[in-house]
Amino acid sequence: MSEEKIYSFPKSMREVTTHYCAGCGHGIVHKLIAQIMDELGIQEKTLVIAPVGCSVLAYNYLKADGLEAAHGRAPAVSTGLKRVHKDKVVICYQGDGDLLAIGTAETVHAANRGEHITVIFINNAIYGMTGGQMAPTTMEGQVTKTTPYGRDPKEVGWPIRACELLNTLEAPYYIERCAVYDVKHINQTKKAIKKAIQNQIDGKGYSFVEILSMCPTNWGVDPTKAAEWVRDVMEPYYPVKCFRDGGEKK
Amino acid sequence: MTKELIFAGFGGQGVILAGKILCIAAMKEDKCVSHIPSYGAEMRGGTANCSVVVADEEIASPVVEHPDICIVLNKPSLDKFEPRMKEGGILIYNTSLIENKPKRTDIKVYGIDCNRIAAENGSERAGNMVALGALVKIVPWLCSVDSFEFALDQAISARNKKFNEVNLKVIKAGYDLPLNAQ
Amino acid sequence: MSEKILMKGNEAIGEAAILAGCRHYFAYPITPQNEIPAYMAKRLPEVGGTFLQAESELAAVSMVMGASAGGARVMTSSSSPGISLKQEGISYMSGAQLPAVIVNMMRGGPGLGNIAGAQGDYFQATRGGGNGDYHVLVIAPGNVQELADYTIKAFDLADKYRIVCMILGDGYLGQMSEPLILPKAVENLPAKDWALTGAKGREPHIIASLRLNPDNYLEKHVYDLYENYKKIEENEVIYDTQNLDDADYMIVAYGTASRICKKAIRMLRAEGIKVGLFRPVTLWPFPKKEIAEAAKKVKKILTVEMSMGQMVQDVQINAGKFCDVDFLGRPGGMLPEVEKIVQRVKSYV
Repeated sequence: MSEEKIYSFPKSMREVTTHYCAGCGHGIVHKLIAQIMDELGIQEKTLVIAPVGCSVLAYNYLKADGLEAAHGRAPAVSTGLKRVHKDKVVICYQGDGDLLAIGTAETVHAANRGEHITVIFINNAIYGMTGGQMAPTTMEGQVTKTTPYGRDPKEVGWPIRACELLNTLEAPYYIERCAVYDVKHINQTKKAIKKAIQNQIDGKGYSFVEILSMCPTNWGVDPTKAAEWVRDVMEPYYPVKCFRDGGEKK
Repeated sequence: MTKELIFAGFGGQGVILAGKILCIAAMKEDKCVSHIPSYGAEMRGGTANCSVVVADEEIASPVVEHPDICIVLNKPSLDKFEPRMKEGGILIYNTSLIENKPKRTDIKVYGIDCNRIAAENGSERAGNMVALGALVKIVPWLCSVDSFEFALDQAISARNKKFNEVNLKVIKAGYDLPLNAQ
Repeated sequence: MSEKILMKGNEAIGEAAILAGCRHYFAYPITPQNEIPAYMAKRLPEVGGTFLQAESELAAVSMVMGASAGGARVMTSSSSPGISLKQEGISYMSGAQLPAVIVNMMRGGPGLGNIAGAQGDYFQATRGGGNGDYHVLVIAPGNVQELADYTIKAFDLADKYRIVCMILGDGYLGQMSEPLILPKAVENLPAKDWALTGAKGREPHIIASLRLNPDNYLEKHVYDLYENYKKIEENEVIYDTQNLDDADYMIVAYGTASRICKKAIRMLRAEGIKVGLFRPVTLWPFPKKEIAEAAKKVKKILTVEMSMGQMVQDVQINAGKFCDVDFLGRPGGMLPEVEKIVQRVKSYV
């Protein structure tokens, strides 16, 4: 019987143990990005912008030039860097607090300018690094450190849908929402990220991929339950679908 | 020698431009110059002024507190700057828009019908240029009237250069006026 | 030989930045510095550069950070309230040792204040301004020629020391037009082997200000920053003096305030009163030794500022042990009057 190698550790990933908790979605998405960097052969021209939040140390795991932005400013930092290096691939990696609370203006305006960047948005409905506070995407009734009685939309507003919000703008080229709660969705997510990066390489414009993800630690559940919660609670409110492709609204 | 001037009028009367043209003309003749415009929150219709210093030595301060020379094109500007003038100073005021005569007796006062003279010479908007011509006739030390051609060429954007010829004509009309201190 | 041209201070900064090799400029409008973005919007496309009007000061300074990390010479400009917002990015860039030029054409404060020129941001500029232990190299030009010359110098120093360099002017300087001889264009820009250019044939570069582990990682980094600051303090102090050689009294002032003082000094000298000017040009590093030496030779110092008294503290700290330090200032975008300065100095005689 001949042996065939069907899996190897991505070259664009550092062989270190991450600081992410068991069942967290960041590690999955990091690995997908690293695999895509390998497959597209872009490791030497990728510039990763890390946000403030759990993924602030993304540059310790992805083997590419890395820059750390202030909280919420990753799209603006990406804009400055991309405008200098038009031939490089700029990946702007952000969490929900970064992208939709403190950095809403930067998010909307970078998208509205159609910056030639790829934004990867991890939506896990909570602030991870600071210890489980309400995020702009926290679900109605969800208990967090700062919504101990559950999120009450009458007091703090409804969870914001990023893809739908950005889809009102003229400039974006590609907008898709994915999830990483099971293998099927992980594979779909990889396809979406790959497309979003290929768009940038091809000079197509702004690409945005939202990924529904798990935070078992701050949700106070085990990893299996967390994956089920994304499927059963988050996905019905945040539909997994492509909102725009090739500049055309779906 | 150092001369400190104020050009003042309504926004749109071109007082800031007049100050700039004087600066460029004097700079061409190797004088030291400085120009500070007032800049209000309003864009149009308010009062505008600029402080200009012309000197044959390094200019210490570009800020004009007590002007040697004032060119005022409207009534509010006269009211504002007449009291601040240095004793023995020169005040040129626009009789087209200012009915009351200046009050001070310790300064030399020249009333000029700027708007009418400008209109007679082809541009009713060029009252500022009439005053500029008269100014260098009264104070020839500032610069020669001939340097204004160069100054207009430098100061005016390509879009508006077509007005240079008529502006120069109006400046010369101001320069050729019979001028007597009141 | 270059021809003299009459140029507005704000525009002189813009042209000088281009001559310094700056091809990226990001900013948000605010009076009294709006001529800088307008000038850059017009000129940068002509030289193949990028002008971008950002959605906020926070975004503008972050774009500056991104471009700087990419190795570009980059600038932003604003005025006092806008500079407060930029402090976030300034602190981050200082932590990450990213060079940039930031222009602050100061206006009256606090808050929205007014739009007249003022000098109330001295503390903010010279003490870091944002969070943490750091310094910004602060240059305070005194006329339009210096605005141009020191803008170029700011780019050179920013790259040399990997530091944020601030041009600290005020509304009057920005709006003022004076004759200018354009400086020479910088021809060879310094190589930046630390920049983010893609990890081709080398280990990846990481540019970050977060330093969590080990426990003393940040402490060591801040010591390194301060080693760099020490070199700047030793080598890059700039100041100017006038009429100090035989002076009994010394006026200390910078920027527009120093221009008013020059006029007062002329008037006092005409009356036989021996008074001179000490004008710090770098506000950080402050000319500590130089002002102390000058203080030893005079009977009294008068510090004049367009504020309630901020630089006067540095004068007091460094010169106060050698002679009395007096203060005269006006806040709220008002200019100290020449006559008041003259009277104050006369009262010492």
